[in-house]
Formats: sequence, structure tokens, C-alpha cells
Amino acid sequence: MNETVPGSSNRPGTVASSRLARRRFERQQKRRSTLIALTSTLVVIGLLVTLIPQTPGWYKVKRSFFNGEVFSETFPRLLDAFVKDVQIFLWCAPCILVWGMMLALCRSVRTPALFPLRLFAAAYTDIFRGVPVILTILLIGFGVPGLGMDRPWNSPYLWGSVALVLTYSSYVAEVFRAGIESVHESQRAGARSLGLSSGQTLRFVVIPQAVRRVVPPLMNDLVSLQKDVALVSLIGPIEILRQAGIDKSKFANFTPYLGAAIIFLAITIPETRFVDHLMARERRRTSGTAIR
Amino acid sequence: MSNTITPKISLRSVEKSFGDRTVLNGVDLDVSSSEVIAFIGSSGSGKSTLLRCVNLLESIDDGAILLDGVDISLPGLDPDPIRRRIGMVFQNFNLFPHMNVLRNITLAPRKVLGLSAAESEERGRDLLRRLGLQDRAEAYPDQLSGGQQQRVAIARSLAMEPEVMLLDEITSALDPELVGEVLDVVRELKGNGMTMLLATHEMAFAREIADRVCFLHQGQVLECAPPNELFVSPKNERTQQFLQRVIDSGRL
Repeated sequence: MNETVPGSSNRPGTVASSRLARRRFERQQKRRSTLIALTSTLVVIGLLVTLIPQTPGWYKVKRSFFNGEVFSETFPRLLDAFVKDVQIFLWCAPCILVWGMMLALCRSVRTPALFPLRLFAAAYTDIFRGVPVILTILLIGFGVPGLGMDRPWNSPYLWGSVALVLTYSSYVAEVFRAGIESVHESQRAGARSLGLSSGQTLRFVVIPQAVRRVVPPLMNDLVSLQKDVALVSLIGPIEILRQAGIDKSKFANFTPYLGAAIIFLAITIPETRFVDHLMARERRRTSGTAIR
Repeated sequence: MSNTITPKISLRSVEKSFGDRTVLNGVDLDVSSSEVIAFIGSSGSGKSTLLRCVNLLESIDDGAILLDGVDISLPGLDPDPIRRRIGMVFQNFNLFPHMNVLRNITLAPRKVLGLSAAESEERGRDLLRRLGLQDRAEAYPDQLSGGQQQRVAIARSLAMEPEVMLLDEITSALDPELVGEVLDVVRELKGNGMTMLLATHEMAFAREIADRVCFLHQGQVLECAPPNELFVSPKNERTQQFLQRVIDSGRL
């Protein structure tokens, strides 16, 4: 074609048209990958929908797990029972966070005089992290009321909750400890150089940063807790899992379990999304890229 | 200097080691009030450790550090009241990323000096104005340039109204074009008569601002003299070698 000298008058035109071509190419690529994703998803769903009903047991499974009548009969009762799960969750979660933070602080203590505290916290987390939640619930839920105390001190709600708090605080303590240790030493140096005491440094500088950093793993634990609340049913309280079990026996049908699963999802998925949203907002607020 | 005036800071054969590595090997120095001392020397010569020891962020193994003639290095002494009187600025700023600029500055005055929120904010905004950052008060550290961050760190330190400032290579983490704005602040501090100890790689700046320049080598102050003597006719052989290397690399 024509000779193009760098810097000559037709150069800007060339640059612009190459940019246009690039953009067109990228748009094409994007459309192509969307199309592929869509097709493959449809194929997979189509296969599942056509193949599963051809299995020999499908008819029976459909009747005992996806029974519309049983579903509409039991679902309201399950919802009622789920209120109990939410209540147990709501009083356990703050206790777990506070107790977990205290344990984490005990483990981070460096004063020799407080070594027993550190030892206690270490032993505590080792024990309660190592025992399955279900065993802790059974041992405490049946063991402590066996002491024969009067109401309300023999309530299975109380001791089921205590068991959950004991176990989950050991998980949460480890999460907090990791957060505290992830705050760089220079932050402490900065705070101490201003004359803040070690307690003030911990409170105003280290812990706020540590907590922000561990919110995602912490939320993980809280979502697990929301689910594990159902295990308390093993020692008596009629919450959602128990209610579903009762209805299962009554109708000789597993559909109530499906209903319970749907209710759990309806609360745990928004919980996680909400936290993602909070984290994103915090990042936008404090980091340099978004604002300005 | 007359002997009757107590030096602001005295270092008396200060020794410090980390494990088997001796970092400070008997440092002696008297710094009088309003004097500016620049420590120069290669990396690992002990400049930073020396400043951290003066701020009691590191304990010393032997010797003594006196502030206004009082030994502040005694083991078991509560370091917090002493640190209030000695400000420190770090190479990497060490600002608190979860607080905005104003909160960074007002935290210590509120919690340590017990100022009210209004008083500490007024003090903070005054300082920000002085350092040309008045419109960045609500910003977070990550939203600022390195030079701005370092000026905030200086403001944070000044908010405690310290008697002495320790500046630990405060321009080393900055892009070259941002060094100037930070050094301007240090010039202003000198103009106000602040006693300062600074560790630096900026030879030209050390030469301009310091009353005395001290050359540190392997944990010892080998030579301490006014900049025109030390840079023009260094007496110690090691100092000569060091300065020759600096000149060869085009940094003087």
C-alpha cells in the first residue's frame, strides 16, 4: 500500500482503525464464549431431564421425595419450626463471637505471668475442634441435665446451645487468632511509637484490622453454625429437622426433608451474598482504585 | 558547646545485638536541643536500630540512653510516657489503613493525651493545613500518594507535640518526584527548632539540613562532624571509602 512514515499525517487514522478492529474482535470473542457456555449448559440440563426419568427407580423416588401434596401440607409447619433454629442461631452467634475473641486474645498473650491462660486457650481449642459437634451436643445435652437441676437449668435448648457455643467458639478463636497474627508488626510499632499502650494498640489498631480481614472465613463458620443448629434436635427440641422427621414418619414420605433443605438454602445463600456485598463496599471505601 | 547544658539526648556506649549479630557496638553521642543529626552509612550499619532503640521499640543490651539527663533505657521502665515525648516516622509510613487521615492523626491525642474529640480534630486539621493536606482529611491512606502518606505520618507524630523527632529513612520508599514534598516538611520542622535524629540515604539533604552528620559503620559511630567537614574532608578511612562509593554511584 502507500508508504507510511512514522509521524506522517495519515498515522492517527491508522491507529484509530486498528483500535476499532481490536474492539470488534474482542466483541466477537465475547459473543462466542457466551454462546458456548449457553449451549453446553442447555445440553447438560437436557441430558439430565431426559435420562433421570428413565432410571428404573425414578417413579418411586419422585413419589417419595417430590410429592406436591405432602410438600404443601408440611411446608408451613416446617417454617414454624425453623423459627426455633433461627432463635438458637441468634443467641449462639454473639456468644460464639465474644467467647471466640476472648480465646484468641488469651492465645496471643505474651506476658509470662499469664501463661496459664494461654495454655488453657490452646487446650480448649484442641479439644473442641477435635471432637465432632454431634458428640459434644450428645455428651453435654444428655450429661448436664442428668445432674437433676430444676427448670430452666435442665432445658435441652440451653445445653444444646452451650454445646454449639463451645465447639464453634474454638473454630472462631482460630480464625481470629490468624487475623491478629496477620496484622504486620509495623502497625504495632506505629501505634506504640505514638505512646499508645499495648492494650490500646490491640484495641484500636490490631483488632479492627484483624476482624476486617477474617470476615469471609468467619462468615463461613456462621453459615455452618446455621446448619449445625439442626443437630440440637438430637437431644429433644422440635426444630425444623425434627419436625421434618416427624412429618416423614406421618406421611411415610421424604418430601419434608426437601422442604427443610429449601428453607435452609433460602437463608444461607442470602447470608453469604450479603457478606460479599459488605466486603466489597468496605474495599471500595478504603482502597485507592475506586474513589476519585 | 558548654558542658553545663544537659544534652537533649545522650547515647552512652549503647550496645545491641540480635542473636550473635552485633548491630550497635558502643555508640556514644550527645545531641543538644534543636540540633539535627543525620546518620549515614550503608544498609545494616545500625542506623534504623539506633533510632528504634531511642524510641524504646528495641531494648538495648548495654549502655544508656538519656533524655534530658534521665536514663530512659532502664529495664522495667514504662515506655509509654517516654514515647509520647519522642515522635517517630517510619520508612513505610505505618499509617493505620482502616482509619481515615484525620482519625489516624487524632487517635493518639485522644487516647493517650485525653484530648476531647473537638480539640484533637482542631489540632489535626491545623497540622494538615500546615502540611498542605487539608482537603485529604477524610481520605483513607490507600487513596493517597506515597508522599502524601508520609506527610500524614509526620502529622500524626507531630500531633503528640513531641520534643524530639526520629525520622527513619522516611524518603526511601518514595518515588523520586515525591521526595521533595516530604523533605520540605523536614526543613520546616528544623526551622521551628525541632530536635531531630534522622537516618537517611539522601546525602544532599543530609548535607543541607543536618547540623552534624554521623557516619555509622558496623554498629559504631566512626565520625561525627558538621556536613561541610564530613563531606569535604572526612578523616576516617571508612568514611572516605563510603563517600567515594556514594560519589561513584552519582548520589552526591
